[in-house]
Amino acid sequence: MSTEHVSEADRSAPPENVEPVIDLHDVDFGYTATPVVQNIDLRIDPGEYVAVVGPNGSGKSTVMKLLLGLLEPDSGTARLFGEPAHRFDDGERLGYVAQHASASKEMPITVREVVKMGRYPHVGFGFLWAEDKRIVDDALATVGMSAFANRRITQLSGGQRQRAFIARALAGEADLLVLDEPTVGVDAESVEAFYDLLASLNDDGMTILLIEHDLRAVTEHAERVVCLNGEIYFDGPTDEFVDSDALAQAFGTAANLGEAGR
Amino acid sequence: MSTAIFGMLTSAGIDPLLFVLQTGVLETVLGPLFWVLDLWSGFVGWLGELTGLEVLAYGFMHRAILVALCIGVMAPLIGTFLVHRQLALIGDALAHTAFAGVAIGLFLNAVIDLGVTPYLTAVVVAMIAALLIELISEATDAYNDVSMAIVLSTGFALGSTLISLNAGGLTVSVNQYLFGNLSTVTSQSAAVLLVLFVVIVVVVAITRNQLLYVTFDETAAEVSGLSVSWYNRIMVMLTAMVVVGAMQIMGVILVAAMLVVPVAGAAQVSRSFTESLFVSVILAELAVLIGIGIAYYAGATAGGVVVLVAVVIYVAAVVVGKLQTAVGEQSTPAVGSIDAERDASSD
Repeated sequence: MSTEHVSEADRSAPPENVEPVIDLHDVDFGYTATPVVQNIDLRIDPGEYVAVVGPNGSGKSTVMKLLLGLLEPDSGTARLFGEPAHRFDDGERLGYVAQHASASKEMPITVREVVKMGRYPHVGFGFLWAEDKRIVDDALATVGMSAFANRRITQLSGGQRQRAFIARALAGEADLLVLDEPTVGVDAESVEAFYDLLASLNDDGMTILLIEHDLRAVTEHAERVVCLNGEIYFDGPTDEFVDSDALAQAFGTAANLGEAGR
Repeated sequence: MSTAIFGMLTSAGIDPLLFVLQTGVLETVLGPLFWVLDLWSGFVGWLGELTGLEVLAYGFMHRAILVALCIGVMAPLIGTFLVHRQLALIGDALAHTAFAGVAIGLFLNAVIDLGVTPYLTAVVVAMIAALLIELISEATDAYNDVSMAIVLSTGFALGSTLISLNAGGLTVSVNQYLFGNLSTVTSQSAAVLLVLFVVIVVVVAITRNQLLYVTFDETAAEVSGLSVSWYNRIMVMLTAMVVVGAMQIMGVILVAAMLVVPVAGAAQVSRSFTESLFVSVILAELAVLIGIGIAYYAGATAGGVVVLVAVVIYVAAVVVGKLQTAVGEQSTPAVGSIDAERDASSD
């Protein structure tokens, strides 16, 4: 990929004074008077691979929106690359992959056209030049979708589609990749390939934040787990999480890895 | 044109405000466009003599054809961005509020002798309504059917009420606004349409990247730093302009069809977004040109015929699309997702 990612890989063991990618401090937020999330402290450094897990309605998506600056905290501070998240205007540093795009399923659009969107924050109202097109081609190659570049995105499988969205983030030269339950509705084999891709991007220095309902995926792939249910129950290395009772606390007593990880 | 204004001025006793409205702004802005219209008229007339087509011999048809050509470009251009967000209904809602604008224009003309084309007041009212719909949807966090239906009926109710009040003082047929009419496209309203056309095409050309991103994936667009609400506002304002521009021929009731039908047809046969934009414009141009041709010779309402032609074209596009898919599946049987995934991940 780009040289930017290589240089980040160099500082994969961040010193104490490194600027965090994400820094939520004592954040409360509620859509109404009732808070959805409370006392959220979350610091993510460059090069980390962090998963946020929690049951449905635990505030995972809310935390994601807060740290992306799509929502503003009721109290506390949310910072992205050192800036207040809701005023962060360096959008190309963020790559966002959701379960699905908001457009109708009939929208004709090719994989390449989707990946080109990653360049839009860079070119603004202008045109994509040869250099932009080269970056788009590189991104397609990185996710293994070059052969599908001119295919209509609706003709792809779920796993291929998600890789196209990752390519869009790569084309934007994002430093942080945020994925919101990216493997919902993707077949098991493609899910494995998808996580392999995330791991190799992380090896190249990409900071990854995975919002996930599927506990098994999280425990197998992420380095660090944040377990959420309204507030943070656990924040630490994945193997400690597996041994801890945070899971039972957050998901309810009956939960275990086998049951909760559908 | 200038003698008409002179006549109006003397009869109105030269009110300075009206003077500015009638001559200062409108005539200065539209002046060069009347010259363009004359040029166009000369060209089409020459074309008519050359081909011997009767339909090209009349001045009103020259203007109607120009308006139709513009509709064929701008309606699918904007419609493409609306249809794929499932916002097709917004065109309908804005057309009905534009009808209230027409009524206000007729009312003002009758009461204070304003002397402007009702399409101008329609643009203003429709754009205000568009902004309202957008602000309501931002506040409630969703484009909802109910608020759009309320705006739609309020606009239409206001329009019909004003026109019924008006009827005593002025004998106005609202049919031309409801159903569109080829023969009532005046120079002034054609000039207004040209202004709308240029604004729409220029704004879309500048913001095409942002509009596409917002249409395809609103959240990702917002994360990437685009102000989604601003582009949504631009989009609804452009929609209001298109709807009013196309109303002259299509009429209030059928205008939204031009935003939707050619776009739906193009989606059936196109693979990429760029391709679908061009195809939808071609399909729309076919529909308007064939439509007004048939309407002229059959003496039927242009709006109705154009939409029927567009629907026939849509059905043809569906058939072609199905055939393309069938042929595509035959020639590349290995497009099964798992196999393709393996191929792709190995490179």
